[in-house]
Amino acid sequence: MAIFNRFLIVLAGAFGLALTGPALAATGDGQPAPWQMGFQKANTPIMEQITSFHTYVTIIITLIALFVLGLMVYVMVRFNEKTNPEPTRTTHNTPLEIAWTVVPILILVAIAIPSFRLLFAQYDFPKADLTITATGNQWYWSYEYPDLGIKFDSIIVQDADLKPGQPRLLTVDHEVVVPVGKSVIVGLKSNDVIHDWAMPSFGVKLDAVPGRLQQTWFRAEREGMYYGQCSELCGRNHAFMPIAVRVVSQKEFDDWVAKTKAPSAALDSADKVAAAKD
Amino acid sequence: MAKAAHVEEAHHDVHPHGIRRWLFSTNHKDIGTMYLTLAMFGGIVGGILSMGMRAELMEPGLQIFGNPEVYNVFVTGHGLFMVFFMVMPATMGGFGNWMVPLMIGAPDMAFPRMNNISFWLLFASICLLVTSLFMPGAPGANGVGAGWTIYAPLSTRGIPGIAMDFAILSLHLAGASSILGAINFITTIFNMRAPGMTLHKMPLFVWAVLVTAFLLLLSLPVLAGAITMLLTDRNFGTAFFDSAHGGDPLLWQHLFWFFGHPEVYILIIPGFGIVSQIVSTFSRKPIFGYLGMAYAMVAIGVVGFVVWAHHMYAAGISVDTQAYFVFATMVIAVPTGIKIFSWIATMWGGSLSFRTPMLWALGFIFLFTIGGVTGVVLANAGVDRSFHDTYYVVAHFHYVLSLGAVFSIFAAWYYWSPKMTGYMYPEGLAKLHFWLMFIGANLTFFPMHFLGLAGMPRRYADYPDAFAGWNMIASLGSYIAFAGTIVFFIVVILTFARKDRAAANPWGAGATTLEWTLPSPAPFHTFETLPRIQ
Repeated sequence: MAIFNRFLIVLAGAFGLALTGPALAATGDGQPAPWQMGFQKANTPIMEQITSFHTYVTIIITLIALFVLGLMVYVMVRFNEKTNPEPTRTTHNTPLEIAWTVVPILILVAIAIPSFRLLFAQYDFPKADLTITATGNQWYWSYEYPDLGIKFDSIIVQDADLKPGQPRLLTVDHEVVVPVGKSVIVGLKSNDVIHDWAMPSFGVKLDAVPGRLQQTWFRAEREGMYYGQCSELCGRNHAFMPIAVRVVSQKEFDDWVAKTKAPSAALDSADKVAAAKD
Repeated sequence: MAKAAHVEEAHHDVHPHGIRRWLFSTNHKDIGTMYLTLAMFGGIVGGILSMGMRAELMEPGLQIFGNPEVYNVFVTGHGLFMVFFMVMPATMGGFGNWMVPLMIGAPDMAFPRMNNISFWLLFASICLLVTSLFMPGAPGANGVGAGWTIYAPLSTRGIPGIAMDFAILSLHLAGASSILGAINFITTIFNMRAPGMTLHKMPLFVWAVLVTAFLLLLSLPVLAGAITMLLTDRNFGTAFFDSAHGGDPLLWQHLFWFFGHPEVYILIIPGFGIVSQIVSTFSRKPIFGYLGMAYAMVAIGVVGFVVWAHHMYAAGISVDTQAYFVFATMVIAVPTGIKIFSWIATMWGGSLSFRTPMLWALGFIFLFTIGGVTGVVLANAGVDRSFHDTYYVVAHFHYVLSLGAVFSIFAAWYYWSPKMTGYMYPEGLAKLHFWLMFIGANLTFFPMHFLGLAGMPRRYADYPDAFAGWNMIASLGSYIAFAGTIVFFIVVILTFARKDRAAANPWGAGATTLEWTLPSPAPFHTFETLPRIQ
């Protein structure tokens, strides 16, 4: 019995420690880090808002879980066969029942207010500085910059062809390039089944549905390489069609556009992914 | 709580034998036994599939699955077997059939022969699903690899092989089985309660089965319609889900989840009823706030029908639609919280004994709370933007399922197996089973919250190297849980082998429901004379 109680107390401590862990473990920037326990570092204002809302809700639910655990440990210690041989017959306590209905409602309201603010912020589309479309295929993404006349496919780089420092299963041959600090609207389409374009550090995730064009947006705040992965089961190589975005200065972006538009730099794929990943 | 006026006498125990007894059964106890046996088989298959997945995910790279589509088939099979051939047959078909007539003082179910066809339809269904694993599916692989959610157009154009059609027909039979079972339970509970047992005196497990039966009755026909549309899109030229010809893939999602969300309450509500019976018994106290508990289950069931699109926040539905579903989903937390606090209030002032069924019930209360609160997190579409289709979702539903529903099933097994088998289980080994599952399942699923936060998508056969650490821990945890499951089967075998005869009521004064007035094992025919309830 005593061992059981001690085990529970240790478990509660470990649980609490694990949840404060995000501060202790490495936080990925643009890609996950080993043993990561929290979100990747935010690179958009929306992802910052998601991260802080999540921290807020996680604190609330941790307190609730610890409260329930505490009550259970107390009950097991104070009201077991040995410590309380005669049970009461209490089956009602109206003030208590009202309290445990009203207090959760208040907690939910306290969660709902910032929650709706976050949700509507995600759908407050800015005026686009740049529009791109991402089309899902089995099993790679193709991108288009319709106003700039750029089109290319973005195919995973196999393990054997990775250069040092390139992350496995995330690296592509031609990544999306966007200028830093500019509002980018991403249109999503699909040529076959449902795929999903996700970028964890941007707080972006939206299905690419055949027969639809739907839009999401982001404004990247720091330059660098950022990775995501397809997030809707789409068949055999669902895990092998990553998304990579390189955020660069406006000048670098203009240079890249000029270079990419040039007819000699045709990036349309002769090398569509068809083979199995073996 | 209702009390019988007299203890049931042991009856002449005449019963049929062989095929007449099992293939043509009209006995709720035998049918319950057959369902529990099927559920054990379904759990073994679903468990082996999950062990294959965890073995693959233990390290980055593809070590076991040469073809990732086969991994997808394992993912799909694991979900379908656990949902339709383990949890549902165990809770409703197994414990529902065995205990509901006993708890209301009825001699059998309202439609004993339809009860039998419900079971054999499920048997045919499992045969079809197993067959699908060996039929062509996606090009180059056998079996259905579309997830248990079988989204179109992956399930229409993406899996041209006949495995998908076998799976659709399997689901039709399973759905029909459950609809007929629901009709049986509703009719039995409304019409065959013993004199004096009003609705407000019946045990909470019976309330749970009643609510679940209504959820089945109303949600399964929608699944049936949806999978029929899938079948005709695939084979008869319709275009319900094909946008090129005027259809919409999102229609599949709405129809599926209109069934799918009530389905998850179908999976857990019987568990709520089981936990209420066990907490009351081993606290030697009546359940706190009986009416609140009964109507909380009703409320969860009703509201559970209007929240389905919280599974579709990233699909492309409008922001206003998402906002409604955020609000409706958060409402469900209120009746659920009432139940958690009521169980604790039941124990408060009680005299708790920590026999094996109570360990499982206590584990359920805490671990279901953890799963429930991560559900509150996911309800918020704004943050689900980051969590959708990641391992955070996998963590959430495995906490409420593997550490919720499964814990309640084991709790029910240990609580009621003396009544069903007539023998006590070996207590020491049973406690070992509990601790191995408790430690193993927590080690398996808690790290998945971190994986989801870090961005690992679900239904992935291989992952970027950074996710390796927590995946290794999860896989090791799964091996511990697997060891626990082996111990469970040893407990079952030893229960029958040791023949440690069980009393009519092994649990003492806290066990106040009618089944404990009967001998152990309960005779073939019981309550042929109705008890009178005060």
